[in-house]
Amino acid sequence: MKTRGTRFAAVTAVALVASMSLAACGNKDEESPAAGDGGSESSATTVTFLPKNLGNPYFETSDAGGEKAVGEFDGTYDEVGPDAAAPDAQVPFIDTAAQQGINALVISANDPTALCDSINAARDAGTKVVTFDSDTSPDCRDLFINQATAEGIAKVQVDLITEQIGDSGEIAILSAAANATNQNAWIKLMEEQLEADHPDVKLVDTVYGDDDDQTSFDKTAALLSDHPNLKGIISPTTVGVAAAARYLSSSEFKGKVALTGLGTPNQMRDYVKDGTVTSFALWNPADLGYLAAYAAKALADGDITGEEGDSFEAGDLGSYEVGADGAVLLGDPFVYDADNIDDFDF
Amino acid sequence: MSTTEQTPDVLVAPSQQSRGQRALRAVLGSRELAIAIVLVALVAATTARRPSFLTGSDGFRDLLLSPSVLLLLAIGQMVVIVTRNVDLSVGSTLGISAYVCGSLFSADQERSVLVVFVICVVVGAGLGLVNGLLVAFFRVPALVITLGTMYVFRGVLKNVAGANRITAGDFPAGFERLGTQQVLGIPVLTIIGLVVLVAVGYYLRTARGGRELYAIGSDPDAATLYGLPVARRVITAFVLCGALAGLAGAVTAARYATAYSGTGSGIELQAVAAVVIGGVAIFGGSGTVWGAAIGAFLLITINRALPILGISEYWQGAVVGALILGSICLDRYLSARRARHLIEARDDA
Repeated sequence: MKTRGTRFAAVTAVALVASMSLAACGNKDEESPAAGDGGSESSATTVTFLPKNLGNPYFETSDAGGEKAVGEFDGTYDEVGPDAAAPDAQVPFIDTAAQQGINALVISANDPTALCDSINAARDAGTKVVTFDSDTSPDCRDLFINQATAEGIAKVQVDLITEQIGDSGEIAILSAAANATNQNAWIKLMEEQLEADHPDVKLVDTVYGDDDDQTSFDKTAALLSDHPNLKGIISPTTVGVAAAARYLSSSEFKGKVALTGLGTPNQMRDYVKDGTVTSFALWNPADLGYLAAYAAKALADGDITGEEGDSFEAGDLGSYEVGADGAVLLGDPFVYDADNIDDFDF
Repeated sequence: MSTTEQTPDVLVAPSQQSRGQRALRAVLGSRELAIAIVLVALVAATTARRPSFLTGSDGFRDLLLSPSVLLLLAIGQMVVIVTRNVDLSVGSTLGISAYVCGSLFSADQERSVLVVFVICVVVGAGLGLVNGLLVAFFRVPALVITLGTMYVFRGVLKNVAGANRITAGDFPAGFERLGTQQVLGIPVLTIIGLVVLVAVGYYLRTARGGRELYAIGSDPDAATLYGLPVARRVITAFVLCGALAGLAGAVTAARYATAYSGTGSGIELQAVAAVVIGGVAIFGGSGTVWGAAIGAFLLITINRALPILGISEYWQGAVVGALILGSICLDRYLSARRARHLIEARDDA
């Protein structure tokens, strides 16, 4: 049903966009030079955030950070998105944003290549495209705001789990979708780091919860029954780690099987306090959205082009420089535990 | 089954067997037994491979607990399908109900759990009433009507919920405990489903209204000509289905301690699949709610058992599809054989 629903929505959206573009054809040519003449100072920069899916607290927080930044530079903020993280679900939203002629689109991509045609059409229409959290191919966006290096993310999770299980025993991974770009990159690096530095820790299984509560829940239960000697689970996705924690907290394995991963403080608070989870990691998603919004503004204003070596100011976060492949690095991941979790509310 | 019960005596002589013998024969020859055997075999094979699947305290609990949501949806869906209709909006109804449940608790943690459950059921029944009225009065196939309401309900939920997600911290501890609480080793959420199952099963089998649902599904035109209150019965079926989807929403919230705009999307087709696998004819008029319930247990248990049996999770969809095709082929074969027997009986008489 999901695919049929998406296709139906996509066809409808395409039809709508087609009719709108026909209607808009006449005055489009008159508008563009006018906008150029006026300069970017006089008109507010319009920035639209397109997360992987709505209802995901992680993107809720990052987009709130983006909204704060857009407020600081007096731009116009909007957030749109699908309710399920399917590979092509974001296409109609990109098409609509391009049609509306917004200045910058900030996307967390559900798929590295499926969105490229739509994104490039939007860029041809003058919209600057910044990806954050999850990248597309480098050739179909202007900048990528990297939350942390893949190595840093993999390392912090491997460090946490190996420390919690005493550096020996079986562990498993509960991931998001099987084709999720960043999860797969992290998992590969975690495998390499485990092999290199933790010879007594064995990764026995990797399962996919599709960032869906019920699926993640059932996959956690399956992992525990499938591997009786399991000592730890890494879940590098906020939805997965919360579902796994919910399951563990009410199971006979509570306190016996360690759980860590990438989670948000509000989702994990109960489970850290009841002892199910000792510690977990995440960068600050609000800072990520904040930085993405400032990068979008710098692009839209023409201050930078996304070339390696370009630098721009990002409000409270200070100055950032564009690295190789048009990527901007936010910083190192942060570890949350019982001592500091109450300092955060997102 | 309904055909045999409604067959006039002239075609088949009254049975010479005792009540007990007939009951035994009915059970042995039933479609429900066939899928129950598949379910038991599946559990047995999985347990042989991994004993904790059945005997571990979590394993036994999950075996009963995991299907609790789909069980409620399958019961409601069966009642609608037996009238030759279908309700594709149950996933959206479930989502709305779960979100309402979460919103009520996040506004006031002290709220009575029972009152919240009742509100969820009423919300679901209200949405079911919308479906029922549209289907009964516009005379458009339910497939189309409920496809529409599926998107409408989900759209309303997305509009209200937006990016907001209700998390574990928003629910009171007492409500969250319900998600895993057990009475005599049986999870409370499963007991809720089983009580509903027995009540609906009893109604369909013995009550006049229940039998009329079968009659309507067998031949809607004949039911109308005969003077059965077709519109009223169909509306009732949709209201019941919606109410159970609402109840399933509260159960979902209790089990997963979370609710957002996407809760329950896609589960409507699982409900239809459970009903079909359970031997309920998709064109109505035959099948039992027991079959639908076993179908729900089978569907969920397969998803949990396949990885343990060493079959890749990517094959799960294909296995479920094969089960549906197998069920339908078996149905065709059985109904063709029954028709042949009835014709022979008539020719012999």
